[in-house]
Amino acid sequence: MSAFKPLPDLPPPANTVGPIGWARSNLFNGPVNSVLTLFALYLMYLALDWFITWGLINADWFGESREACTSGGACWVFVTARITQFTYGFYPEDLIWRVDIVFALFAACLIWLMVDRSPAKGWVAAFTLFLFPFIAYFLLRGDAFGLESVDTHKWGGLMLTLIIAVVGIVASLPIGILLALGRRSDMPFIRSVCIVYIEFWRGVPLITVLFMASVMLPLFMSEGVEFDKLARAMIGVVMFQSAYMAEVVRGGLQAIPKGQYEAAQALGLSYWKMMGLIILPQALKLMIPGIVNTFIALFKDTSLVLIIGLFDLLAIVQSALNDPKWLGYSVEGYLFVGFVFWAFCFGMSRYSMRLERKLNTGHR
Amino acid sequence: MKKFSLPVVAVTGLLSVSGLSNAGTLEDVKKNGVLQCGVGTGLPGFSIADEKGNWTGLDVDVCRAVAAAVLGDATKVKYTPLNAKERFTALQSGEVDVLPRNTTWTLTRDASLGLNFTGVNYYDGQGFLVSKGLGVKSAKELDGAAVCIQAGTTTELNLADYFRANGMKYQPVVFDTSDQTVKGFEAGRCDVLTSDQSQLYALRIKLAKPDDAVVLPEVISKEPLGPVVRQGDDAWFNIVKWSLFAMIDAEEQGLTSANVDDMKAKGTPASNRLLGVEGGMGATLGLSDDWAYQIIKQVGNYGESFERNVGQSSPLKIERGLNALWTKGGLQYAPPIR
Amino acid sequence: MADSPSAEQSTKTKAWNDPAIRAIVFQVLAALGVVLFFYYIINNALTNMEARGITTGFGFLDNPAGFGIIQSLVEYDETYSYGRTFVVGLLNTILVSVLGIIIASIMGLVIGIARLSSNWLVAKLATAFIEIFRNIPLLLQIFFWYFAVLRTLPAARDSVTLGESFFLNNRGFYVPKPVTEDGFGWVWLALLAGIIGSIVLARVSRLRQTETGIPLPVFLPSLGMILGLPLIIFLLLGAPLSFDYPVLQRFNFQGGVAIIPELMALLLALSIYTAAFIAEVVRSGIEAVPKGQTEASSALGLSNGQRLRLIIVPQALRVIIPPLTNQYLNLTKNSSLATAIGYPDLVSVFAGTTLNQTGQAVEIIFMTMAVYLTLSLLTSALMNWYNNRIALVER
Repeated sequence: MSAFKPLPDLPPPANTVGPIGWARSNLFNGPVNSVLTLFALYLMYLALDWFITWGLINADWFGESREACTSGGACWVFVTARITQFTYGFYPEDLIWRVDIVFALFAACLIWLMVDRSPAKGWVAAFTLFLFPFIAYFLLRGDAFGLESVDTHKWGGLMLTLIIAVVGIVASLPIGILLALGRRSDMPFIRSVCIVYIEFWRGVPLITVLFMASVMLPLFMSEGVEFDKLARAMIGVVMFQSAYMAEVVRGGLQAIPKGQYEAAQALGLSYWKMMGLIILPQALKLMIPGIVNTFIALFKDTSLVLIIGLFDLLAIVQSALNDPKWLGYSVEGYLFVGFVFWAFCFGMSRYSMRLERKLNTGHR
Repeated sequence: MKKFSLPVVAVTGLLSVSGLSNAGTLEDVKKNGVLQCGVGTGLPGFSIADEKGNWTGLDVDVCRAVAAAVLGDATKVKYTPLNAKERFTALQSGEVDVLPRNTTWTLTRDASLGLNFTGVNYYDGQGFLVSKGLGVKSAKELDGAAVCIQAGTTTELNLADYFRANGMKYQPVVFDTSDQTVKGFEAGRCDVLTSDQSQLYALRIKLAKPDDAVVLPEVISKEPLGPVVRQGDDAWFNIVKWSLFAMIDAEEQGLTSANVDDMKAKGTPASNRLLGVEGGMGATLGLSDDWAYQIIKQVGNYGESFERNVGQSSPLKIERGLNALWTKGGLQYAPPIR
Repeated sequence: MADSPSAEQSTKTKAWNDPAIRAIVFQVLAALGVVLFFYYIINNALTNMEARGITTGFGFLDNPAGFGIIQSLVEYDETYSYGRTFVVGLLNTILVSVLGIIIASIMGLVIGIARLSSNWLVAKLATAFIEIFRNIPLLLQIFFWYFAVLRTLPAARDSVTLGESFFLNNRGFYVPKPVTEDGFGWVWLALLAGIIGSIVLARVSRLRQTETGIPLPVFLPSLGMILGLPLIIFLLLGAPLSFDYPVLQRFNFQGGVAIIPELMALLLALSIYTAAFIAEVVRSGIEAVPKGQTEASSALGLSNGQRLRLIIVPQALRVIIPPLTNQYLNLTKNSSLATAIGYPDLVSVFAGTTLNQTGQAVEIIFMTMAVYLTLSLLTSALMNWYNNRIALVER
């Protein structure tokens, strides 16, 4: 008596597995979807075909002047020939190493903080937040420790964009925390002041804030106190940004269960101890994705400083486009700036999504 | 309080605040060792920076002359490029000490903005630039045209007046910088570009094909352009005013950067006064006695500056015209230095 | 003293340890700080302005402006006052905001739904659209459309034409302008009557549904009333409407309605940028409705349309409205970037040219900020009211 031996399974019908099956169920299930797919394919073909032939195959990459652009496609020479200017603005060429050190140091700190298992994160974070700004300032600005002075009006390009965005976010975080605590405070006056502040800055466009900073701020200062243009723009950005930051922090604070507050109070902790030791450490962790998202928004918004005459990345490319020697390459210029901004913002948004997933685990 | 002052304090710590006292612009400039000068954002012949960031131009020469007079070194200037919109606030707020930036002297500006015009370094008038293809021969034929203008200039007002006075209609296409107006004109966004005539010549050479555009004969306004300083600091006002006069006076006397040393050695009464050999003219302004010598030696006289930047030895090739010396039928005239 | 009552203990608390007293002291200090701060600011501003001889006050609003504005929704020429330029700028801001909100909402809805499409390619394309456009600064997008795309349109003489009445060139998009003739007022009246009629019908229908469970047909009769009624009146009156066609003159097209390229570029950029955000809002709203709701409504025998209209959309809207409000506000505020390409909005005309001609920065920036603040507060108040109305009523 032989044991029952089932026949081997038949393979599933050929049109339900493999690429064909996948295409059938995801692209061509039904007439409407089939039409949509074909239409989408056509659109992609149009866009990619144009971009690849114009931007890659027929493009010219290196050279000194527009004479190098002979292939009829994109003239990336415009970008490569001026890449130093786009990155560092009018920073004196022989001093660029100082900017590079600042960038490298900053990148090292960030990577250290972003890698999960690196040791001594607290110290590095403290260094990045408190010591690094001074090092960066003295390296960039000079005028001390025997470094040659470089005026802020020579700063520009990607460097200026990054500086404004980083200063904006680092300075607005503590202010935002104070504002958020104030908004949740029991003291009616403090609360209303904070609400008015937050709602005011959130209600007006950044560009009017920048106008105000550049035009009105000097009038508000007493005689003799003056800031240069960049400092004024930064003050405007920080005031504006701290209101948004306050809302992010408030969201983080609200996510902490009430029990934590009650437990802290039951232990007899004072308000500041409760906030500093129990609530904020938990809340800040929750806030990181929100902070990164605010940073993305700020990073994009820094391009507005061109309206008050600072030369950030967009402004410097825009002014290069006006150079009579390079007329007519605006598409290349804008695509380049767009790509740089996009790479930064997209990278950061991915990072924030990853964090969000990582942090989500314990709280649901 | 806390909320507001924190950013201020933070930035104060970060970026050095020059604690300027009320002492006056002259003392401040001497103390800082650098003259803060507001110039245009890039107008060939008047103020333009080359790729290395060196500024040249007729307006820039005013900055250099003042720096030479005050600091003895024409290179000690910090140039702040300003667009038309922000120029006055920059001056009012003390961001710049002097503003030679193609600024038209008008009553309102003189009286209500807290500013003083120190003189005229270029007599200009508003004109029109059209492309040859349109076949327009006179500004009177421009009814219905789209006109590119720079925002916040007297040009905008003159244009409106002119079209209204002639019963014509127009579409104003307004841009922030003169660069953008050229781009707009070149791209065909407008039929006409209007600005001060000197600027039209300057902007025309920025076009891809300068010969395809013509400047119409009509001059529709008076545009005396001059350096501006803050009101209420008469000592500084005098210095800027006389720095310009010294350049004009030098041209009258035939002093140039090349021959100034010889002339100083020869010495006529007038040149002795101007060059500080005698008379102590510098001290009355609060400057060293060789102030004018420094200007002429380092910057040159008005005529030299004109020829170098906008005249025949420049791409602009503008005639002296109104800007010739009064002795040659123009309007440039310096009060006597004595 | 172990047995002393707690009440006594609390009276012994030092004054600076009493939270109530501390709160008062803190607030008094804060109030003092705020007052001092504003005193410092205002005092400085006044002294500085006086010292520098800058004119102050709002008197300038009555002075004649003397400059032209390319687009105005109200009557304007150089003889009007600076105050009028404020109105012109404000209306232009509102125009671009409203148009932008409408276009962005439609685009955002379509792309948001496309992102959830079962068609893999369509979903991926929608995702790509969102990720590209929301990660590029808006200002750059405005520049791109204005300087790189619209500048390449042909000159007025070589316009792209459609039926000899629509023209597209680098001066704008020209369309015929409808001119109403005598009696057209009746058509407006009919439209109004139609709208009122449909509202009444909807009310009656809902009442009947609560009573009998059977709704009246609403959609088609309403459509008939709103569109048909005015149309009938219009035809009865002998079509009292003519068109003013754009005609090529020596320089430009004259007549008709011109949509200037600045407006087109701004609208394109604003709507695409905001649509990318709205799409995400829509997607999260739809995803927030649990699948059980769909299944339950099918189990109740609701049709596809009914399910969407009565079950899914109302619940999704609850999630969508707050972030959508934010996006609308952002769009309105972002419209101020118009100044970069010279579209005559509030910031460009009033905080730009007018500020420059008068030099009165403080008053003008103050007015401009007040306008945006008011718009923001009004919109959020309106949306809060709507949000409260549709919020989940917990029993």
